Amino acid sequence: MIVEAKNINFAYTKNGRQILNDVSLSLKEGEVMSILGPNGAGKSTLLNLIATLLTPDSGEILLCGKDTKKMKPKEVASILSYVPQTHTPAFSYTVFNFVLMGRAPKVGMFEKPKAEDFKLVEQVLEEVGIAKLADKPYTEISGGERQQATIARALVQEPKAILFDEPTAHLDFGNQIKTLRTIKHLSEKGYAVIMTTHNPDHAIMLGGTTAILDKKGKLTVGPAEEIITESTLKSVYDTKLKLSYFDEAGRLVCIPPNL
Amino acid sequence: MDTLSKNSKRKNFYAIGFDILLIIILAACIIIALCVGKYPTTPKECVEVLYCEIFGKVGSYSKMTRNVIMGLRIPRVVSSVLCGMMLAMSGVTYQGIFKNPLVSPDFLGVSSGACIGAAVAILLGFSGLALSGFAFAGGILAVLLTVSIPAIMRSDSNIMLVLSGVIVGGAMSSILGFLKYVADPETELAAITYWTMGSFSYVTFDEIKSVILAMVIPAVILMAISWWIDILSMGESEAKTLGANIVVIRNVAIACATLMTAASVCISGTIGWIGLVIPHFARMIVGPNNTKLIPAAGLMGGIFLLIVDTVTRTISISEMPVSILTGLIGAPFYAILLYRQRKTLS
Repeated sequence: MIVEAKNINFAYTKNGRQILNDVSLSLKEGEVMSILGPNGAGKSTLLNLIATLLTPDSGEILLCGKDTKKMKPKEVASILSYVPQTHTPAFSYTVFNFVLMGRAPKVGMFEKPKAEDFKLVEQVLEEVGIAKLADKPYTEISGGERQQATIARALVQEPKAILFDEPTAHLDFGNQIKTLRTIKHLSEKGYAVIMTTHNPDHAIMLGGTTAILDKKGKLTVGPAEEIITESTLKSVYDTKLKLSYFDEAGRLVCIPPNL
Repeated sequence: MDTLSKNSKRKNFYAIGFDILLIIILAACIIIALCVGKYPTTPKECVEVLYCEIFGKVGSYSKMTRNVIMGLRIPRVVSSVLCGMMLAMSGVTYQGIFKNPLVSPDFLGVSSGACIGAAVAILLGFSGLALSGFAFAGGILAVLLTVSIPAIMRSDSNIMLVLSGVIVGGAMSSILGFLKYVADPETELAAITYWTMGSFSYVTFDEIKSVILAMVIPAVILMAISWWIDILSMGESEAKTLGANIVVIRNVAIACATLMTAASVCISGTIGWIGLVIPHFARMIVGPNNTKLIPAAGLMGGIFLLIVDTVTRTISISEMPVSILTGLIGAPFYAILLYRQRKTLS
């Protein structure tokens, strides 16, 4: 197992709402997991716990079998990359230098990236298809391009697992599909991928494993086609949604009712 | 791919070339600064004095020329260059760590703490080295107070640190107000006020020697961790997911920047604007990478403060405090920079 969470409980404040209630999940090489859930259920919280940005109240999180409590940030970062929702940084680093920051887990505190790090960044920029953006300031490229640059940065970390926090939010339709394709491609290359999303269709398209986090903090995990049913969708979104097979797409589609 | 790596190599070459250009400008400014004043000397004499003093040779210049250059001007020139460098470099560091280009070196309370230290020393009748010592200690204590508030509240977020800086700064200015209130208006108050506006008139070689290590060592450490300051400027959680030990890097960087600021403030008094404006200006020219930015900003800060100090001691008979001129130049200059960056600042 690359990522394993066992019986996680978490609340932000002592007597606050239990965000996660005995949550367990595990991910092997090449496995992709989409996490669905209503607004505020705690999808991002779960990702932040796995990324060790938060510490669970009880339970443990293992990366490659090792307890994250005993791991240094660098060890965590060399197994796990985190692709946060895109944002504008305070300073306008070039895309090249932004992606180069992904080499941090391999660079010592009093060191700077070396020639081989530069080479790897160039390679990954080519792979992701944004080599021509290398010298552009990160603050001046489009949302879709930023997403790609952040994915490139996650890749130069040379991780085993990649976490995506709502990768399709704030993207146009074309870029959403492009991002999903990239995610699918990454899982085929052997990365374990977890993403959160608000769109059941995205979970269906990705296939693999789907997890649904409800408002009580319970996580239900299983194969996408078993987990995503009209009744589960109704309970998650409190809206009647129709699931029907669409021949031309070759998959189930999730259709909301008329207003 | 090859073109890419050539590009980045060429850029590094430009950055080093730019630093060399700045060093040449700085050297030229130093020679000019050593020549001008109430007792002008020629650049040739000036270079000769420096050469003979450094290598222990006997030159053909008069004793007067030697005393003016070595005794009066060199300590001033060296201290203004060093202070300018320190203020600019620590400004860059603070801005990077707090991912906020509007932050200046004194916002954790170094300067206000140093002012109180200096005011106490003046009220106790100290001057010279003892006064510098009080100011240095005051600056460091103020920052320790600022950083211990978030620790007591068990929070390691940046915003907490910024707010506790506001708290400490507010308290410090009240205390300084009180000290000014009880000071003898004829002598002590004047001395305190003069000190808080910054001046290099009374800096001696002994003072420079006493703080030089607190300037050079932190500067070297900052250069060594400069790439990690880039990472920290992406924000705390992102830096952590990239594998940065944010607490260690942030503390080391803040400690270095604080020592550098305290070291410069304690010999010159507080000098505003440099730590805010020079980092911006340097960033516009060499970009945001701290590895290039820290040395470039340092050199620019040194040049800027040397020019300002040379102007203040030559334009009028009675010497003006430096902060008056840095403010008069810095404020409109900053407005121009902001105007040019208004689109990217959003």
